[in-house]
Amino acid sequence: MTHDLSEAIANNREPENNWREYFSFSTDHKVIGVQYMVMTFIFFLLGGLLAMIIRAELLTPEANLVDRPLYNGLFTMHGTIMIFLWIIPFNAGLSNYLVPLMIGARDMAFPLLNAISFWILPPAGLLLLSSFLLPNGTAQAGWWSYPPVSLQVPAGQLINGQFIWIVSLVLIGISSIMGAVNFVTTIFWMRSPGMTFFRMPVFVWSVFSAQLLQLINLPSLTGALILLLLDLSFGTQFFKPEGSGDPIIYQHLFWFYSHPAVYIMALPAFGIIAEVLPAFARNPLFGYRSVAIATLGIAGISIFVWVHHMFTSATPGWMRMTFMATSMLVAIPTGVKAFAWTATIWRSKLHLETPMLFAMGGAAMFIFGGVTGVMLAATPFDIHVNNTYFVVGHFHYIVFNTITMAIFAGIYFWFPKITGRMYAEGWGKLHFWLTFIPANITFFSMHPLGLQGMLRRISSYDPQYQGWNVIASLGSFLLGASTLPFIANIVGSWLYGAKAVDNPWHATGLEWTTSSPPPRDNFEEIPIVKRPPYDYGDPKYSFVENSDDDE
Amino acid sequence: MQHRTIHLDESPIRFDRWRRRLPNWLQRFLPSGGGSHEDHHGKGMFGFSVFLLSESIIFLSFIFTYVALRLNTSNWLPPGVSGPELSKLVIINTVVLLSSSFVIQPAENALKRNQLRKFRRLWLITIAMGIYFLIGLLIEWKNLDFKLTTGLVGSTFYLLTGFHGLHVLAGVVLQIIMLIRSFIPGNYHKTHFGASATTLFWHFVDVVWVFLFSLLYLWRA
Ligand code: HEM
Ligand SMILES: [Cu+2]
Repeated sequence: MTHDLSEAIANNREPENNWREYFSFSTDHKVIGVQYMVMTFIFFLLGGLLAMIIRAELLTPEANLVDRPLYNGLFTMHGTIMIFLWIIPFNAGLSNYLVPLMIGARDMAFPLLNAISFWILPPAGLLLLSSFLLPNGTAQAGWWSYPPVSLQVPAGQLINGQFIWIVSLVLIGISSIMGAVNFVTTIFWMRSPGMTFFRMPVFVWSVFSAQLLQLINLPSLTGALILLLLDLSFGTQFFKPEGSGDPIIYQHLFWFYSHPAVYIMALPAFGIIAEVLPAFARNPLFGYRSVAIATLGIAGISIFVWVHHMFTSATPGWMRMTFMATSMLVAIPTGVKAFAWTATIWRSKLHLETPMLFAMGGAAMFIFGGVTGVMLAATPFDIHVNNTYFVVGHFHYIVFNTITMAIFAGIYFWFPKITGRMYAEGWGKLHFWLTFIPANITFFSMHPLGLQGMLRRISSYDPQYQGWNVIASLGSFLLGASTLPFIANIVGSWLYGAKAVDNPWHATGLEWTTSSPPPRDNFEEIPIVKRPPYDYGDPKYSFVENSDDDE
Repeated sequence: MQHRTIHLDESPIRFDRWRRRLPNWLQRFLPSGGGSHEDHHGKGMFGFSVFLLSESIIFLSFIFTYVALRLNTSNWLPPGVSGPELSKLVIINTVVLLSSSFVIQPAENALKRNQLRKFRRLWLITIAMGIYFLIGLLIEWKNLDFKLTTGLVGSTFYLLTGFHGLHVLAGVVLQIIMLIRSFIPGNYHKTHFGASATTLFWHFVDVVWVFLFSLLYLWRA
């Protein structure tokens, strides 16, 4: 204890962050990052709660727990919250915290804009939730809100669930675009001397690629939502078949964003995996340059594959063929990544701390989800299982089993840096196993269900499907329970955990060269970088001087 | 006191090599690879250009909607509607808007050379031209024989001109703010980034109008 104190004084560390700071309009990228992460985690819990109500309804074939409109509202809000208020903004938060540290900058390029981007989100999220209180409830047309279904709202109400859904999504979109401008500029302009593109950690490459997608593709969703709003409330007929409008145009605009959006969610997760695996395998990331280029490549290809979500939307044959081909192309850069991960941990001595467990678990699950993705991209197969639980299983292997697990890996990995304290390893491992096993129980079950023909978005089903449904539901309740040890660990360790040293993992990123937590300006002096990012195992670069930090 | 040097090897600092191969004008928008933190103007202009890239995608999504709907609709003009006319009003409006780009650019250049009076004079002319365009747009809307809700022609026409009009309005507001700022002593530096960004935005609005004008008025079915 006294040792810690004298060390803190000797290192001239700032006093611990005051908790009030996290409720204030701060322009420090680290505070904003934490604000994002904590807020989105609350939305994650809410979205999870909705999911458990959905799974409770599906325990029995009959619709007996919630009525049909409420059920529709539940899955609509579940999807919307998980995508737009959990994964995407969580990544924005983690990136906010890490990118300036990783590239050796004192802050983001536009700190004020950064704070504004964040503070748009809480009101937008609350607005979205407030629609539960409306007489006709929330939006019911699913997270994609296809017209004409999304336009079927009781007449004579200007303020309805769908209207509120659109307005909050536009707000969230504005926040994301401002964030994307900030990230891209930061990575271009704020790198410290010597931090060339090919010395940037893969996480930074991932953020850069994902944010480019936000810039280029998100406006298409915003455009679609503006048109939908005009149709819904102001009597235009862009998407109304009865007025010779065309609902398919909405699908194009929507998926032009929402397919790349899966990579906006996934790339930072892959980036986390690429940081954690080398650190715990004590090996340089295999094929660093190829991985960096593959990251950009995945982003590039993902712009040209959106029609694979529309194979059953009266899409002409030539388009189906073209987009089937482009979708299959994604397998190449993705394969590069998966290969690099495997080669990194190949024959190395693994240190299986919690971040590593989550990262390896996530990487393994991605292989499974990727395979079902390629299956779905094959048009004939997709036509068979489209709109069934097979699709639900596919994307949950990705969005939960891969991305959310990688996010947990990231939280544990950078927890000491962010809080200056260590989390409890035993609780972390418990959390991992309580997540990994139920997640597979829950989402694996959806594949056979889909192959047998069970449709998604229904609250009652044929009794033949009950077996797998019960398994999925029980799995999901366990999964819900698994967040309890996580919360206990995080809150407890943040308050009472052992003090963390600056670089507990002996990792090589710039963020580990400053104190934990970092001072307001990140670095005492702006570091000058003259080495590649993952030089684990190379004695020339080892962190010998820092070894007195630990134990 | 903990000194945090990064472990050095012998190799010299390599800046990204590709950068040197870029033309001059592009380099203006790119950092020199470290140490550029203090270049607020360059950083700001880069960020703003990136933002405009996003804006252009929204316009593109609207244009895509317009073209797709128009190609697939047989009765584009409902009975009794003659569609947007290429009237004298529209032509003059277009000429005024497009030529304002050639006024605002010298204004910005003047500011760079610290010629404040010249800047204000030309800037004021640009503002007047922008307002002229907006009033012209309102008059055109008033005289049209269709409304927002009149079939697809109405929906798309008001969408495109309205969204563009909002941008013109935003541009004019920005210009007015910059003009006021130029009277605040010691504020020259801030004004300069703002003025450059406003100028870029104004060019953007003009270029978009070229496309919209061709699609809305010159495309005869
Ligand atoms: C990398 C991360 C990935 C994520 C986050 C992801 C996510 C999703 C999501 C959310 C959906 C459902 C959309 C909806 O209908 O509501 C979906 C469907 C689909 N995914 Fe993926 N996916 C990923 C990878 C892939 C890959 C690699 C492929 C193919 C090469 C693929 C092909 C498809 C196809 C074809 C569908 C549409 C299925 C249908 O509606 O019939 N996905 N994915
Ligand atoms: Cu897709």
